[in-house]
Amino acid sequence: MNFQVVVLVGGASKTLTPLVSKDVPKALLPVANRPVLSYVLELLESNELKDLIVVVQGQDAAVKVGSWISSAYADRLNVEVATVAEDLGTAGALRVVAPHLVANDVMVVSGDLVTDVSPGALAAAHRRHDAVVTALLCPAPVSGASDSGASGGKDKAKKQVRYNIVGLDPTQQFLLLLAAGTEIEKDIRVQKSILRAAGQMEIRADLMDAHLYAFKRSALQEILVANEKFQSIRQDILPYLVRSQLRSELSSNYQSDMEESWHGKDTVQNIQTWRSQHQAGARLSFPDLHSLGFNDGNRKVNDHLPATRKSHKCCAYIASKSTYCARVNSVQSFCDITRDVIGDSSHLSGYSFSLQNNIIHPSAQLGIKTTVGPQCMLDEGSQLGDKCSVKRSVIGRHCRIGSNVKIVNSIVMNHVTIEDGCLVQGSIVCSNVQLQEHAVLKDCQIGAGYVVTAGSEYKAESFTKK
Amino acid sequence: MDPRRVSRTVIDPMVRTVGFNAPGAPPPPQPHQSIQSGTAESVAGLVSSSPPSVSDIDPVGNSLSPVMIPPPNHASVVPLPGAVPTQMSPLRMNDSRTGSYSPLESLLETLSPRSRVNVSEFADETTVLGLIGKSGRGILEKTASSLPVSNGELMEAATVGGRSLRMTSNLTKVSVVNMPMDIPGIEFIEKGKGASVDVQKERESGGKKLKEKTSKAERRAIQEAQRAAKASAKNAGTASKNPKQQPKIAKNSQKKDNLQIPSKSLASEKNDAERLLEKDRKRDGSLVPQPRMQFDDKHRVEKAKRRSVVNRCEARNIVELFRHLPQYVHGTQLPELESKFFKLDAIHPSVYKVGMQYLTGDVMGGNARCMAMLLAFRDAIKDYSTPSEKTLVRDLTAKIGSYVSFLIECRPLSISMGNAIRFLKNRIAKLPVTLSEAEAKINLQSDIDHFINEKIVIADKAIVEHAITKISDGDVLLTHGSSCVVEMILLSAFEQGKQFRVIIVDSRPKLEGKMLLRRLIAKGLSCTYTHINAISYIMHEVTRVFLGAASVLCNGAVYSRVGTACVAMVAHAFRVPVMICCEAYKFETRVQLDSICSNELGDPNAISKVPGRKDLNHLENWSDSENLQLLNLTYDATPSDYISMIITDYGMVPPTSVPVIVREYCREQIWI
Repeated sequence: MNFQVVVLVGGASKTLTPLVSKDVPKALLPVANRPVLSYVLELLESNELKDLIVVVQGQDAAVKVGSWISSAYADRLNVEVATVAEDLGTAGALRVVAPHLVANDVMVVSGDLVTDVSPGALAAAHRRHDAVVTALLCPAPVSGASDSGASGGKDKAKKQVRYNIVGLDPTQQFLLLLAAGTEIEKDIRVQKSILRAAGQMEIRADLMDAHLYAFKRSALQEILVANEKFQSIRQDILPYLVRSQLRSELSSNYQSDMEESWHGKDTVQNIQTWRSQHQAGARLSFPDLHSLGFNDGNRKVNDHLPATRKSHKCCAYIASKSTYCARVNSVQSFCDITRDVIGDSSHLSGYSFSLQNNIIHPSAQLGIKTTVGPQCMLDEGSQLGDKCSVKRSVIGRHCRIGSNVKIVNSIVMNHVTIEDGCLVQGSIVCSNVQLQEHAVLKDCQIGAGYVVTAGSEYKAESFTKK
Repeated sequence: MDPRRVSRTVIDPMVRTVGFNAPGAPPPPQPHQSIQSGTAESVAGLVSSSPPSVSDIDPVGNSLSPVMIPPPNHASVVPLPGAVPTQMSPLRMNDSRTGSYSPLESLLETLSPRSRVNVSEFADETTVLGLIGKSGRGILEKTASSLPVSNGELMEAATVGGRSLRMTSNLTKVSVVNMPMDIPGIEFIEKGKGASVDVQKERESGGKKLKEKTSKAERRAIQEAQRAAKASAKNAGTASKNPKQQPKIAKNSQKKDNLQIPSKSLASEKNDAERLLEKDRKRDGSLVPQPRMQFDDKHRVEKAKRRSVVNRCEARNIVELFRHLPQYVHGTQLPELESKFFKLDAIHPSVYKVGMQYLTGDVMGGNARCMAMLLAFRDAIKDYSTPSEKTLVRDLTAKIGSYVSFLIECRPLSISMGNAIRFLKNRIAKLPVTLSEAEAKINLQSDIDHFINEKIVIADKAIVEHAITKISDGDVLLTHGSSCVVEMILLSAFEQGKQFRVIIVDSRPKLEGKMLLRRLIAKGLSCTYTHINAISYIMHEVTRVFLGAASVLCNGAVYSRVGTACVAMVAHAFRVPVMICCEAYKFETRVQLDSICSNELGDPNAISKVPGRKDLNHLENWSDSENLQLLNLTYDATPSDYISMIITDYGMVPPTSVPVIVREYCREQIWI
């Protein structure tokens, strides 16, 4: 279908400390014991998109991600990994791989996306409208667990949840306005010309930019070359395209490939003229209307050549409410997504659940009177002592958990040692952590390799190994 | 067997005068025809309106389903001999002169003096039959029984069939039976029919048991038998109609005869036969377009469903009369199609895009759809490369075919598109073998360009030139909906400085007239906008009506956006001239008397909801009610009586001259 896919993978992430460290780049953070990146890759694979370009921030991360991909997806995907400097934004990353892009359209997806929205739907909408860019917007997830009690309380308080302000046309297909939540203080500016052309604008704040875009390749390359200072797709490229959609500066736009091979010039012109005159007969989207001058009423008589169309289309694909779409971009969202993946949206995980609605690896060992509740996951080689209780939690590989341990609503990664009598509630315990006897953790994040001393009690704190 | 269809075909004089029988063409000595013509032609030849040579040339003429079926009571309304155009196929004339004789004819002569006047005029016969109707039934029965026929079925049908229609249908069959027995095909038909009846009985009695317990070979045999029976029954009814199909019947029934012997050693033979049949069917397919799929035929729908790319959810509560048309729950197709975006490798991206645009309604209107499709095919051809061990002609034809079926799944083809596809396939088939692949591709692309340019772009200009002469100062022009040609006419008349006023009549649910209105007003025309329910009021002041068309059929009927017929009728009643503007490539060789047989169903929700009126929600959840069906038709057929003139790129013609244009200009060979 003439699409190329670029997966943008972040290395370090400030918002995800202490979970992300040098050893565990963001892309490999385990969500339900699978790296985040695998969700994207498998989504693409299931859509027959097997030629990918993965762009990784940072040298170390690139090596790690590359080796993980080559081990996990050998024979399944054709992946090329490109490395970019740590401080380069998403636009910068794209600029690096831009020369390698050849297909008509490029799909750019963030590596931290967990979704079941079909990329095909986005691509189809993109193609149908012949758009320059199409962005996937999804209903903003309800942050914080409705049933998790105290968990995540701290994060909620810390982060004011603010998403993009998005302006849509009445058919909800075109992007008219885009403003990132953080930039908005009191007022936002709406371009009069766009408003006039569209006639009506719906402004919504309940939509989240899912960081899944389809770009027209020629336009993307042109923008990247022309605007050296663009750093981010979301903050620079997208607003730029939306802003300038009625006075497009893209030369490559609408210079369709077919023209090169037209035979008789007259024939070409005739047909093009006819087409431009009869754009109608169909529901016209507003850029068409504008470029045909219906709204202005003062269209020049002789501008019947298609070259005079100076607009491009920025489309939005709005995922339906029934689909799942979230990004791992904060500790809170990490918790939420993990919970959803083993809970409500379990089809995402790719695991098959047992009758008790949990996953216990055959090699996991459970002690006497140990219970593992529903929506839990216990991976390979983990051992639990006697009288333990695990509820709504994920436990990684080769963990050693003593007796009388309670783990509720938590994420325990690989090779963690939890000694007898510990209580872990609403917390994230990274790999190689040691919890000594009778430690109590509530709503904490423990960075990799940290040792929690015996008998200590912590609430809503985060620790990293020095 | 399908007696009703056949009989109706017979009754309609329009069918016979379709006009693709070239008057000058000498009757070629076709074996079947000549054999038939001895005794059978008197009746059979009447049904086959054209000599086989002509049917070769013009595939459309032979297609069965598009022949429109008038309701039975039309039989007597059908124009009497006076209305029959004088243009007759020479073959038939010959036949009648050579004195083809059948007992029926003599019967008719005794029955009605009129039939004696000119027995060769088939319209006579049928109408007479239709007129004698019930009263003549007894006599007919007698005739049937007195005929030297061993076919019990015929008599059965004759006695059962109470209406004149049935009887005429049996007449057709009589002719088949009466044929000299040295035609192998006919014999087989009879056998096959008997066998099929047996099989069916067996099935009825055996029920499910049969289905479960039969071995594979047996099942296959039954299937074959059924298929053969179906084909033979169909062909028996239409045999004389399409002499070309006769060898096929023969093969069909032969094969089936073999299969009647339940022997596994015949397997290979069966395969051979199957292959042959397949080949035959294909060859036929290239000449004769497959009859349109009838969506009330469950078996076929099931089959088509398995093939289809898009899983569609069929709507409930379809109006009974329109069950043969596809109707899907609106809005289920697009997400389905979208999610498969990357999985449909076989579909070229451009074609896919066009398909989606059809589905969402982004591209509407006969010309625009046709053009979009052709340009997509053009892209596809440009990117095409012949796979190894395949020939371009065959593989590309298959490819285009698969694209077309994809497009049909998105939205049923318009007639303009059908003609364009036929043109393209013809061009592919006629490619010289000596051409290299690159040359062939360039050839085809330029063919497409020329087609678009000449048949749409330049044709539109010609139509505008013709039509403009009909607009004079002070005129009040009325148009319905939004037709691109009419728009061009109005605009260029305005640019020429003519003083006139435009009334745009619009109708729900699409309200396409608003777009036209907007564009006209932007140009400075003086317009009035009203809805179709005000048509009788507004028609007082109108001096001319200009309408667009999706197609013009051979009987002069105009197939167009629903509402057109109403406008034309009112205009006719007010003695306002109605001009139809239609490019000649949209002309169709078939005939249609009503808007039932072939039409398109729109989204029923579109008429149940009134935009902007949330309080008018009486039809909410309408699909839950068993007793309610909504009908949103897309097209209707305007009878030629209401039409004063058809403006085409070949000039302005009366609706009766459409066959001439079809005959002279609308063949694939001369389209370029």
